[in-house]
Amino acid sequence: MGQPADNLVKNAVGRYVPEKVNGKTVIPYQGVGRYKPEGQKHAPAIPSYADYPSNGDKRVSSLKEALEKAGISDGMTISTHHHFRNGDVLANQLFDAIYELGVKNLVWFPSASFPCHEHLIRYLEDGTIDHIEGSMNGPLGKYTSEGKMKGTGVLRSHGGRYQAVQDGEVKIDIAVIGAGCADPFGNSSGLYGPSASGLLGFALADSQYADKVIVATDNMVEFPCIPWQIQGNYVDYTVEMDQIGIPEKIVSGTTRITRSPDRLLLAEMTADFCEATGILRDGFSFQSGAGGTSLAAAEFFAGKMREKGIKARFARGGSNKYLVNMLEEGLVEYILDGQTFDLEGIRSMRDNPNHVWTSPFTSYNYHGKGNFAGMVDVVILGATEVDVHFNANVVTHSDGYLLHGIGGWQNCLFSKTVILPVPLFRDRIPVVKDAVTTLCGPGELIDVVVTERGIAINPRRTDLIEKARHSRLPVKNIEELKEEAEKICGKPSAPELEDELVAAIKWVDGTVIDAVRKVKV
Amino acid sequence: MSENIAYAGNKGENVRSDCFVTLELTGTGCYGIDIQSKVQSLYGESIRKLAEEILRFFEIRHARLQIEDTGALPLVIAARIEAALKELIDSDEEYLLPMSEENKYVTDKEQFRFSRLYLPGNTPKMMINAGIHQPNGIILDLEDSVAPNKKREARFLVRNALRGINFYGAERMVRINRFPEGFKDLRYIVPHNVQVILIPKCEGAEYVDEVENEIHKIKERNPAGNDIFLMPIIESGRGVENAFEIATASDKIVAMAIGLEDYTADIGAQRTQSAYESFYARSRIVNACRAARIQPIDSVFSDVGDEDGLKAAVKESKSLGFEGMGCIHPRQIRIIHRGFAPDEEEIEEAKKIVNASYESEEKGLGAVALGTKMIDPPVVKRAQKTLDLAIFLGLIPEDWRDRFIS
Repeated sequence: MGQPADNLVKNAVGRYVPEKVNGKTVIPYQGVGRYKPEGQKHAPAIPSYADYPSNGDKRVSSLKEALEKAGISDGMTISTHHHFRNGDVLANQLFDAIYELGVKNLVWFPSASFPCHEHLIRYLEDGTIDHIEGSMNGPLGKYTSEGKMKGTGVLRSHGGRYQAVQDGEVKIDIAVIGAGCADPFGNSSGLYGPSASGLLGFALADSQYADKVIVATDNMVEFPCIPWQIQGNYVDYTVEMDQIGIPEKIVSGTTRITRSPDRLLLAEMTADFCEATGILRDGFSFQSGAGGTSLAAAEFFAGKMREKGIKARFARGGSNKYLVNMLEEGLVEYILDGQTFDLEGIRSMRDNPNHVWTSPFTSYNYHGKGNFAGMVDVVILGATEVDVHFNANVVTHSDGYLLHGIGGWQNCLFSKTVILPVPLFRDRIPVVKDAVTTLCGPGELIDVVVTERGIAINPRRTDLIEKARHSRLPVKNIEELKEEAEKICGKPSAPELEDELVAAIKWVDGTVIDAVRKVKV
Repeated sequence: MSENIAYAGNKGENVRSDCFVTLELTGTGCYGIDIQSKVQSLYGESIRKLAEEILRFFEIRHARLQIEDTGALPLVIAARIEAALKELIDSDEEYLLPMSEENKYVTDKEQFRFSRLYLPGNTPKMMINAGIHQPNGIILDLEDSVAPNKKREARFLVRNALRGINFYGAERMVRINRFPEGFKDLRYIVPHNVQVILIPKCEGAEYVDEVENEIHKIKERNPAGNDIFLMPIIESGRGVENAFEIATASDKIVAMAIGLEDYTADIGAQRTQSAYESFYARSRIVNACRAARIQPIDSVFSDVGDEDGLKAAVKESKSLGFEGMGCIHPRQIRIIHRGFAPDEEEIEEAKKIVNASYESEEKGLGAVALGTKMIDPPVVKRAQKTLDLAIFLGLIPEDWRDRFIS
């Protein structure tokens, strides 16, 4: 159902966005660094030691009992986290319990959703959940895009999620934190246990700001749970469960670099670009995700770093065995990690003090006193579409369907050089085009688009243009790339969309940068 | 299967950039076109228009056409519809999309043929991006990589690919089937700027003659054509014995290759990584090619994941006298180029010779001399080729002579 396209205003990137989302007034995007909030951060009620067991044992018998004690009621906002990725059993069990309690019209506030959460569609259908604020991937994205969700979805970046909670834009009534191990007091960590996920950084804001915090684990250890990543002092109830995650779906046994020759070429061109423009230098820093091309780019970085005898001061994770190898080989001094993608990542985080866990607060929060993202020399990101002004889309495909969350993508745009290695087209669909279907990141923050048929550099980056001029890199302007894509694929029709809005895309500062429309079915 | 229904193309879980077409000629009633496409909302209408245009072109008024599309380019969709259609009707007409301007380049006999990338002739997704990996040649294979029951439809696809896919300067090659099947192949490729035809399992000069005669006949009907070069592939004991005869069978032959899978099977040997079992045959091929003044080209290295093995194989191949190898994966291309690249000593020597040639030209001298040694023109030409290659591979700058001190 979403909401009708009434009272739309044009924001600073020319997108028409609503003034209200789910009945709450929102601020249209005003430009990078323009919107500055006033007032105080949100604060939860002051708790008292007297209200908690003096022996520190906060265990209750079941998730249902914890929810009841936490005072769950209609219309509340319930948060969960995506540390278990596609192996998350907990969020599904949580809403099974809520359904049994007969509570309705909830807002589900996950840090991300995965295809395993298709189970929750039944609760969107029966009114248990009104809408999702987080990400709508896979089946949930399809469901939302086709206008079936009752309320309007809200998509935020990882940093934007922290910002929204901290600023009181989202008030979490009950946070449910799944932890690989925890003690009865609530100290918890993702480093150990069958559902080990590495770290629990995405739950930090929830532990600090939610009214009630429940920690669920399938690996309860005696106090103290060392090291603790979530402090038990924030926790109201702890629950011991049979299973909260499916280990092989939480982290892969081993991450594999893509074998696609086209993706490898993109990764190699990205590394060549960084070499030719002097970004790869002793003491530099980088971030590359766990996607096929990003992972391969890091491997090409490693090869060039060995040849040149240089090392990176730090790399930002998602960590995986390739990044861990670089750390252990001495090519990287520190990994500042946001999430671990494989068992090697978890082992390294457990054993190596130079493999440091971070959170969206330290890495990404825009309403903080700075963050790490801006200090990174080069970040390698994906995108579903890029337009001729370098604006990019990461949440919808060209047919208008929501298929991905924002993740840390928007936050990473503040790094010193942002490179998007993307194929010029995917299965006939041009990636470089006149206008993106959904605008998630403004072009002024995106520096380089690497495609297999040429590299486009944002005209704002005259320094990179000058450096690349003296290289053998196939530099083209972005219009040329767009034309080449259309010549090969044909010019696509505009996607068939209705007026009705199904989701709003938040920028890192909480303003609305774009709205997603219902797809004509 | 009804005699009024025909199929073409591929579908299934791992199929991308292709389509599967079901065509029924109904005899009466209007035609209906049903499109199920992965890119429906963006290209559904243009797919429909293309299908209508093709049916109109062949004057089909009563048909049911179903297209199951996984993001095929128009040239693929057109090939699939035409292939299905020609199962049902007899027509000499061809529905040809325009020949892309980028594909009108010509190649010459002497150009580098270090790498030639094999692509299955009925798998469009591999063709679209092949050129960006910069092989010296791209082979659209109609022979071993296409199943017997798919050979017919593959010809339409290869024809359309030759016309419409940008190969970014790579030499445009097709490996045809052995005759008589190969006759049919030639009709689909000769008029469409194919540059090198690979003749598989070649055992004698008569194989080359057959191909050349057929090309000649087709070119008489389609006079606007480029030179078509030939590359016989030796894959049997008999072929090895007749190597020189084959290599000199036509002045259109630019290179001759050896195919070791079939060759080792033919002589009853096991193919090994060290390739010692084919040492004699490979040397024989190199010798025949050198005697015939054509390029000797080595077989493919089959283990795609073994980069070190490939490097060693290229090194040995070069040391035996080969000038190139086949590739079955784009990631092999760069390793092969690097392996066949001239080393520092060869480059320095070539610089001296080419520089001497420039100097003699500047001084208006007829002969080229390096010190007291006279240099023959073919040696100069070869040195220039070495430098061209070094420039192409980024080993020396284009303006190397500005900085050259002889």
